[in-house]
Amino acid sequence: MNNTPQSDPVLDIRNLFIAYEPERYAVKDVSASVKRNRITAIMGPSGCGKSTLLRAMNRLHELYPNIQTKGDILLEGQSIFSMSVIELRRRVGMVFQRPNPFPNMTIYENVVAGFSLNDIRLKKNQRDEIVENALRNVALWDEVKESLFRKGTFLSGGQQQRLCVARAIAFNPDVLLLDEPTSALDPVATSKIEDLLGELKKKYTLVLVTHNMSQAARISDESMFMYLGELVESGPTGTLFTTPKDPRTEAYLTGKFG
Amino acid sequence: MHTELTDNIKRRTRTNGRFRYLVIAGSVITVIPIFLIVGNLAVKGYRQINLAFFTQPAPDTFQAMMAASAGEIIPGGIANGLTGSLLMVLLASLFAIPLGLMTGIYIYENSTKKYAQFIRSLTEILQGVPSIILGIIAYLWIVKNITRGYSALAGSVSLTIMMLPLIIRSTEETMRMIPISIREAAFALGTPYYKMIYKILIPVSFSGLATGVLLALSRILGETAPLMLTALGSPAISFDVTRPVSAVPLLIWDFYNDPNMVSLVWSASLFLMVFVLSMNLMARSVASKHKYI
Ligand SMILES: Nc1ncnc2c1ncn2[C@@H]1O[C@H](COP(=O)(O)OP(=O)(O)O)[C@@H](O)[C@H]1O
Ligand SMILES: [Mg+2]
Repeated sequence: MNNTPQSDPVLDIRNLFIAYEPERYAVKDVSASVKRNRITAIMGPSGCGKSTLLRAMNRLHELYPNIQTKGDILLEGQSIFSMSVIELRRRVGMVFQRPNPFPNMTIYENVVAGFSLNDIRLKKNQRDEIVENALRNVALWDEVKESLFRKGTFLSGGQQQRLCVARAIAFNPDVLLLDEPTSALDPVATSKIEDLLGELKKKYTLVLVTHNMSQAARISDESMFMYLGELVESGPTGTLFTTPKDPRTEAYLTGKFG
Repeated sequence: MHTELTDNIKRRTRTNGRFRYLVIAGSVITVIPIFLIVGNLAVKGYRQINLAFFTQPAPDTFQAMMAASAGEIIPGGIANGLTGSLLMVLLASLFAIPLGLMTGIYIYENSTKKYAQFIRSLTEILQGVPSIILGIIAYLWIVKNITRGYSALAGSVSLTIMMLPLIIRSTEETMRMIPISIREAAFALGTPYYKMIYKILIPVSFSGLATGVLLALSRILGETAPLMLTALGSPAISFDVTRPVSAVPLLIWDFYNDPNMVSLVWSASLFLMVFVLSMNLMARSVASKHKYI
């Protein structure tokens, strides 16, 4: 899928507005781009619209008919709104704030859920390979290889979250969206996930929502800072953290709000 | 200061103890009638429960009278009631389970739409309709117009209308317990809507759905009134849905009305009670075994 030149943005967000209620925008006129094989962090105080922006990228808002979206998002140059939503969601995977493995499925079934839920039939050896690869990629294989056929919900929170990452990457998406994936986890599990994201960016393009500045500073390459629905500032993480251009960014980074 | 504190603690401990006894007493009082009923039925009814009780149809008055006057156990059993109940409950399940599940899911999925809310209120009303009236409705629809006579089909329809609101409500309530994040996880994988329903929603909530169905079944198993107007009852074992059939609760009523068969009332009631109780227990064990949410 990656046959476009490396410099292209993978995602290009253009004048995006999103409202949960008529004329009350949770995301206001956001334009930004997401670079290939980078971790792009979306930061900002709680309620500033980070999740709302992220969820627009795989058209999750369409599940709720009241939500209005204006503007455009291009994936590899093509408007996501002109694609079939099923294709889009296969190419743009998502990991949620709370680990949410399917409780009726085993660890194994969870990893290949994307295939079974889409009726993509695989041979047993293909499936085994996908499961092993995905679980190795999230550094979970050694921990669960003896218990692949137990329910995913028996795992610890951190393991469940890595299982959810495995489920999302089993499809080999172009982009992986992560909405505060560590906010429900303890520090040890958090650092495991952070290490994992560092590895995953070699293969995928990651967009990470976090309200944790130090996390953004530790692992992201690019950062966006949002405030009250607007994208205040974006750029390379190092630059944004050391020499913010906007006083609001500076105020946030120095802990004046958030 | 110290004594005040210890006094306080003592008082609380006493109050606590009193409440414990009160709660225990309350629960004993609720449980006693159940044991009394089952015990009573068991003592009076066990003598009639043998192989013939399950394999033979109900005796006629004459046979029963002869046995009763000779002091023997009454010959025959409840086989015609068992088969009739089985036939009607199966048929009612065939109608009510898919329809109830689909309607429940529909109402849950469209809870903001006017039409779904309307259906939901109808369901609530239906749940409050006395079962005899459902019998009358099935009588008017089926007995009068379709089978042109009392029939198992008419009985099944009245039982279906009884089951529907129970299944619809339990389905909707079960669906409500599924975290939104599970649904979103499925959609985020590109899952089509109908697949999300039958590969995620239904399996995840399986225990709740099954419990609802089993409770609805145990509820209709003992229903008598609507069957009197629809299935009527029949002395013979029959699997013809267009003809009258018997049912266990109908037989109990028949036995009750025949002074020679009183002992069969106890046996049949004992059987029905134990059966319904085990159905409830089964519902519980299913609920705990497949509980995911
Ligand atoms: N489902 C919803 N319905 C109505 N308003 C919402 C909903 N979800 C979020 N919002 C509002 O949209 C704004 C942005 O929310 P969100 O994107 O969740 O913020 P963040 O992820 O940055 O904490 C908030 O003001 C929030 O109250
Ligand atoms: Mg959020």
